[in-house]
Parts: sequence; C-alpha cells; structure tokens
Amino acid sequence: MKQIQDFKFSGYKWLNYSTYILTLKTDESVAGLEPGNFAELQIPDAPGVFLRRPFSILDVDHKKNTLSFYIKIVGKGTRQLGKLKLGDKVSVIYPLGNSFTVNGTQKALLVGGGSGVAPFLLLGRKLKKHGVDVTFLIGARTKEDVLLTEEFEKLGKVLVTTEDGTMGQTGLVTQHSAFTDDFTFDKIYTCGPDPMMKAVARIAKEKGIDCEASLENMMACGIGACLCCVTETIHGNKRVCTEGPVFNTKELVWLI
Amino acid sequence: MVDLNVHIGDLQLKNPVGTASGTFGFGEEYADFMDLNKLGAIYVKGLTAKHREGNPYPRMAETSSGMLNAVGLQNKGVDYFISNIWPRIKHYDTEIIPNVNGSTVEEYIEVTEKLNEVEGINAIELNISCPNVKEGGMAFGVSCPSAMAVTEAVRNVFDKTLIVKLSPNVTDITEIAKGVEDMGADAVSLVNTFLAMAIDVKTRRPVLSTVTGGLSGPAIKPIALRMVWQVYHAIKIPVIGMGGIMNATDAIEFMLAGATAIQIGTANFIDPQVTLKIMDGLVSYCEEQNISKISDLTGQLRNI
Ligand SMILES: Cc1cc2nc3c(=O)[nH]c(=O)nc-3n(C[C@H](O)[C@H](O)[C@H](O)COP(=O)(O)OP(=O)(O)OC[C@H]3O[C@@H](n4cnc5c(N)ncnc54)[C@H](O)[C@@H]3O)c2cc1C
Ligand SMILES: Cc1cc2nc3c(=O)[nH]c(=O)nc-3n(C[C@H](O)[C@H](O)[C@H](O)COP(=O)(O)O)c2cc1C
Ligand code: FES
Repeated sequence: MKQIQDFKFSGYKWLNYSTYILTLKTDESVAGLEPGNFAELQIPDAPGVFLRRPFSILDVDHKKNTLSFYIKIVGKGTRQLGKLKLGDKVSVIYPLGNSFTVNGTQKALLVGGGSGVAPFLLLGRKLKKHGVDVTFLIGARTKEDVLLTEEFEKLGKVLVTTEDGTMGQTGLVTQHSAFTDDFTFDKIYTCGPDPMMKAVARIAKEKGIDCEASLENMMACGIGACLCCVTETIHGNKRVCTEGPVFNTKELVWLI
Repeated sequence: MVDLNVHIGDLQLKNPVGTASGTFGFGEEYADFMDLNKLGAIYVKGLTAKHREGNPYPRMAETSSGMLNAVGLQNKGVDYFISNIWPRIKHYDTEIIPNVNGSTVEEYIEVTEKLNEVEGINAIELNISCPNVKEGGMAFGVSCPSAMAVTEAVRNVFDKTLIVKLSPNVTDITEIAKGVEDMGADAVSLVNTFLAMAIDVKTRRPVLSTVTGGLSGPAIKPIALRMVWQVYHAIKIPVIGMGGIMNATDAIEFMLAGATAIQIGTANFIDPQVTLKIMDGLVSYCEEQNISKISDLTGQLRNI
C-alpha cells in the first residue's frame, strides 16, 4: 500500500562533486518494497520547487527504519536536497510504481548510466537471492562518474565503459565487448538516459531476449491521478508512475 | 459542531470541499492516503464520447508556484466509465460528479444523455474550458453564444444538477456566467486553467508537446479569486470556486469572495491528504469566528 510518511534527514555520503547518497530515517517502520519502486520526496525550503521529485529507492533498512536514495544534481530541487541539516523533515510518498520481474532469469545483464544505476542495488540483491548470475555494465563520461562499483561487486561482475577512456573500455555502454563476445545473457535490465536505454533495447531485440527498462518521465502526482507522465506503448498511453516505471521494452513504442 | 452542509442545485454536499477534475483521477488513486467518504464531492477526470489517447508526452512543466499541463483529456470514453469505473467507485459516500467534454455540441449531448441514465450520478460538470484540445473544449467557453448554445443543448437532455465549468481565458467572465445561467445551469464552477506556455532555452523548443498548456496552482490564485468575486456578484446561482487553493486560508478566501463550495486541484499532487487538512482548517476557522453554518461564509467579504 502506498503511504505518505514523514522522514528525517539522517545523513549524506557524497560520491563525487554532483552525486550523493541521501539517507532518511523514520520513527515508524518502513513499508515493504520491491526493486524498481520509487518515492516522491517533498524538498523542504527549496524556492521555486513546487512539485515533489521522484527518485528510485536505492536501499532500505527495516531494522534502522531508513530509506536511501542515490541522487545526481541536475537542477534546483536536487541541489537543495543536498543541503539538508540534521533533523530536517522530508515528506515521502512511497512505495510507488511497479518493479522489475526476475522470474525465469538465469543470467542477467544490468546496464546503467548516470543516476540510472540507483535501482540496481535492490535488483542485484534480489537476482542474487534467486540464484541468478549477475553482471553490471556501467557507462559514464569519465572515471569520477563511475560510482557504487564496490557495492555492485558484492553481487556480481562489474564492467565499465567511459567515454574518455579513463576507466574500463572506451566508448558508450552499447559498444562494450560484453555485447559482442559470446553473449549468453538471457535478460537485460536497463535504466539511464533515454538514448542509452533505446540502444540497449535495440540490442536485446536483435539478440531475441527480454529487456526491462525503467523510465524517468516527468511526473506531477506520481500516484496515477494526473496522466502527465505517460509513455506510448503498443497498448496505448500508459502511466510511467503506475503501470511503470519498469516496462518490457517490447511494449514501448519508442523502440519500434 | 459546525454545520458543513452546502447546497448546489439539487445536491446537498456534506461539506464544501471537493477535488478538481483531472487532478484526482477517479478518486481511487487517493484511497490509500485518505478516507474518500469524507469529501464533499469528487469531480472525476474529464470524459468524452469515445476513447481519447490525449496529447503526446511531454505533457507537463513546472513553473514558479504552479504547473502547466497539456494532458488533452486522455480517457477511455463515457461507456467505459459507466460500465467499468462507476461500479468500482459508486459505493463511496460522497457526490461523484463526472466532468463532461466534447468537440461538438452533439458529443456533449451524447455523453450527457448516457450519464443522465445512471442511477447515483446526480450532477455533471460541463467542461467548456479545456485549453488542451484542438477542437471544442475551451472554444465553447470563450465565446458567449457558443457557451450558451452548448449549455442549452445539454440542459435539454439532463434532468439533474448541471454545473458549467468556466474558462478564465476571456475578457469578461461575468458575461459568460450570466449567459449559462440564463440557459438553465444550476451552478458554475471556476476557474479552469489559464492558457500558458514554457520554453526550454537550451533546446530553444517549447517544453510541452502542444506548445501551450494550462496553468494551475498558486500562481493563478489571485486571478481566480477575483473572478469568483466578480461572478458571485453577477449571477444568482451558486459558484464553485477553485484555482490554486493550497490550504484552508485560501479556501476561506474563495468562500468569502462568493464561493458556495470549492475544489482542490494541483495541491493534491503535493499533499494527497490536503483536502482533509483544508476541511479541518475550515472547521477551526468557523469555531474561532463563531460561525455555526459554513454556508454563512459565502460572499461575506466586508467592505474596505
Ligand atoms: C521514476 C523516477 C525515478 C528517478 N530516480 C532517480 C534517482 O534515483 N536518482 C536521480 O538522481 N534522479 C532520479 N530521477 C530523476 C529526478 O526525478 C530528476 O532529476 C529530478 O526531478 C530533477 O529535479 P530538479 O529540481 O533538480 O531539476 P529541475 O530544476 O526541475 O530541472 C533541471 C533539469 O532536469 C530535467 N529534469 C527534471 N525532472 C526530470 C526527470 N524526471 N527526468 C529527467 N529529467 C528531468 C529538466 O528538464 C531540466 O532540464 C528519477 C525520475 C523518475 C521519474
Ligand atoms: C493535470 C491536470 C488535468 C486536468 N484535467 C481537467 C479535466 O479533465 N477537466 C477539467 O474540467 N479540468 C481539468 N483540469 C483543471 C482543474 O480541474 C482545475 O480547474 C485547475 O487545475 C485549477 O485549479 P488548481 O489550481 O487548484 O489546480 C486539470 C488540471 C490539471 C493540473
Ligand atoms: S505522474 Fe500523475 S499519473 Fe503519473
């Protein structure tokens, strides 16, 4: 069940100049959630920020009653969210959206770019629990933007591409040799910039395997009421906040 | 105990707080967050005769103190509503009011005739003010003759309470209000969104797929309030006020300006429980001011 709950700011872990992990804590218990779910945060004291902001749930700790988020600064809201003080209140609506499916997967490739790696921690853990062989493929502009790799290494193999060649293979994620060497993955999960996800989905289609993409459309309500966040699917417009954010790319019109 | 009942046409609403069409889905979307039975009314998402896919994405943009939308009346059509959605929501102990749309007068009539047959639907809100569709919509609401024509046509086929939702995108809103009153509307609701636009300077393109969209939220409140006040003084039928109401103080302002009831729109996106908070705030205000009937607040603006 979706809920609205007050959390308190509990801490940051800055990963680079523009990316941080935000941890929020509540006195109550944190609701159960699935990999792929997201939350709508109300950012306190942020002039010019009117609506809530959607973020994937990076991690949850049911013992400490915390939720954490992996946030990249792209504008006024994400900047302000990086300036909270201990005890600041943040209202959170969660868990929202659907989740990735793991049934039947044996060997999974998780392709992420930018803040798109956020849902992969919970997904990687779930896949590992189901005995799935997990490989992460992370694409970034440069070395400083390749983050969370230590966490991912606990769950599977980590491959990297950087556009400037400062880490891993040089180029875009879709140019990684993982896609050309004998390719034995039976499922791709992807989250990141649209052009990246489209390119990844195209490869999945060529290889004849399923691909699930987590979309980041702009949202107003996040709970299915306003119809602002829709994406075009073969079954008509669907709400990314409710029928998504995770879609099988076969359903998405942008792929065809 | 403050008496919260208000009357709109033949309706007796248990309190003046309703939710604005298009911002509250079909109510169900909010059921996890609040007891829907507490609401005075739920104005559900706009309906058309046939299924409509709405406008392409992007359909929204945030602005200072508000937002633009260009949803374009995405809905599965009135038949789908009656056979699939209505059975799921009709048990709620609140007035559920469909929002009726059309590209032609005939379409407005078709949708209304179907809703007229449904037991439990006691009122409709005739939307002649949607800025996000190419044909019909706001075109009906910005000219007095066409607003009157569509109101008259719908009045002829609807026996229950008829609320006409007015567009603020006009030179003189009182003229349209008087026109629809003359054609038999039981109440007017105002305002719908203001035609507006946003530009992305990086790409030099409009943000919305439709270039223009409708502005809602606190940004429009002072104008909406002025329009409610003007219309209240121009007509005799009740006025349902909306436009940027975020809290109980805003709601009280609209009632003092002349609204019998109010609708909460965009505020639901930020706080899905805001309607309950506004209700509590209205009660506290009445208690502090020794007002025993909330309907006594309507139009009680004092002279300067
Ligand atoms: C389901 C979902 C999950 C998300 N998960 C994460 C996450 O885990 N970590 C993370 O850092 N970000 C995530 N995002 C994106 C995040 O919501 C936006 O970056 C944030 O809303 C921007 O707010 P802002 O006020 O900083 O930017 P603004 O000042 O509002 O805008 C700055 C720029 O960012 C662009 N922008 C704004 N909102 C979005 C959006 N939703 N998608 C793409 N571009 C946008 C604007 O067009 C503008 O160019 C997610 C989005 C969705 C819909
Ligand atoms: C996303 C969105 C969708 C809307 N859809 C409709 C609609 O279908 N029919 C309608 O009459 N008004 C619609 N409106 C207008 C609202 O009902 C209301 O008139 C307007 O938003 C002003 O109130 P507010 O500032 O409280 O939101 C919509 C508004 C928004 C923000
Ligand atoms: S953001 Fe409102 S329906 Fe998805």
